[in-house]
Amino acid sequence: MYSEFSKGIFKENPIFIILLGLCPALAVSTQVVNALGMGAGVIFVLLGSEIFISLLKDFIPERIRIPSFIVIIASFVTIVDLVMQAYAPSLSRNLGVFVQLIVVNCIILGRAEAFASKRKLRESLLDALGMGVGFTLALLLISAIREILGSGTITLIAVGGFDGVILIPGLSSQPARVLALAPGALLVIGFLKALFNWLEMRKASRTVWAADPSAAGGAS
Amino acid sequence: MSYIGIIITFVFINNFILAQFLGLCPFIGVSRNTDSAVGMGFAVIFVMSMASLATWAVYRLILVPLHIEYLQTISFILIIAALVQLVEMVIMKISPPLYKALGIYLPLITTNCAVLGIALIAVRSDYNALESFVAGIAAGIGFLLAIVVMSTIRERLDKEWVPKPFRGVPISFITAGLMALAFMAFDKALLKNLIG
Repeated sequence: MYSEFSKGIFKENPIFIILLGLCPALAVSTQVVNALGMGAGVIFVLLGSEIFISLLKDFIPERIRIPSFIVIIASFVTIVDLVMQAYAPSLSRNLGVFVQLIVVNCIILGRAEAFASKRKLRESLLDALGMGVGFTLALLLISAIREILGSGTITLIAVGGFDGVILIPGLSSQPARVLALAPGALLVIGFLKALFNWLEMRKASRTVWAADPSAAGGAS
Repeated sequence: MSYIGIIITFVFINNFILAQFLGLCPFIGVSRNTDSAVGMGFAVIFVMSMASLATWAVYRLILVPLHIEYLQTISFILIIAALVQLVEMVIMKISPPLYKALGIYLPLITTNCAVLGIALIAVRSDYNALESFVAGIAAGIGFLLAIVVMSTIRERLDKEWVPKPFRGVPISFITAGLMALAFMAFDKALLKNLIG
């Protein structure tokens, strides 16, 4: 049961491993607070649509399942969009058109088609949570790198007297501005993906080594 | 904004892939060789221009008069999905060779965020019908430009030695990052100098 949840975070992380939902991941990762907002939106839409699709899977005719899924997803996206405009207007402005674009985020339709339309409610729920959390963590990692190196700050949610912005001494005066701009997003994800590939390759060669030390020598 | 301004903005300054990150999935997925990149690019131009016109009509003539603008997301995605199906059927009937060239890319385009993106951006920018149409074509041309350049670079890269962890997707992203860096030369000041 737990594995349905944890696979979305590590083994099948939507951003780094299966490379789904990249457009929003890159576009909104300029500040940590945007990543949090986007992550929350995606988790809500994933949960809502996977629950609905899992419950309705026996009633939706096979032939029109994709359009039906899209309508369900779009309804939840509309809810997120309206709620964000009402209660977090500045976040809504920062994320701009990308809130509405959650509807074409391949993670959501992908999970609906591959998972929720076949499994029971409880499994779908855990899958949605895992994928959503995995997406949010990946987004947080990218945005933290870009914001810390690119502007020398960490922007979180403002609470009371704390305005939400943490300055990093030494970096905030002379940040590597390029990382906060468009090219930075592509470079950061490229290097992160290479890092994950490298980790995977190292792990793979280790397991081969453990099983048969002589075979691994030639492979690595 | 003038039409030339819209074209320059969407092809260069706000290039959909390199500045706005819309349509990255097909950009990485279909840029392996130049032929399929060109096919995908033209399919996207075609669908984007049709979609921006169709969504403009639905938004201005149905959603606004009835005060149901909040149905924007749902109606736009359904229009785009239906439109892609329609375009696919029409091309199949009228021009089988064209269908053979573009056919496999059309279903992929429904979930391409660039198409929904241009529809939403055109509405947000208050473009009229012709401006939406031109913006759709220009954004499509920007996509074509980026994906064709990318595919030629990737064809070259296939022959070069690349460190193992960087092979495939990571090096493509880094290449795209460097292209985006080059595209930063196009900014608002350029537009001002060109057309005043």
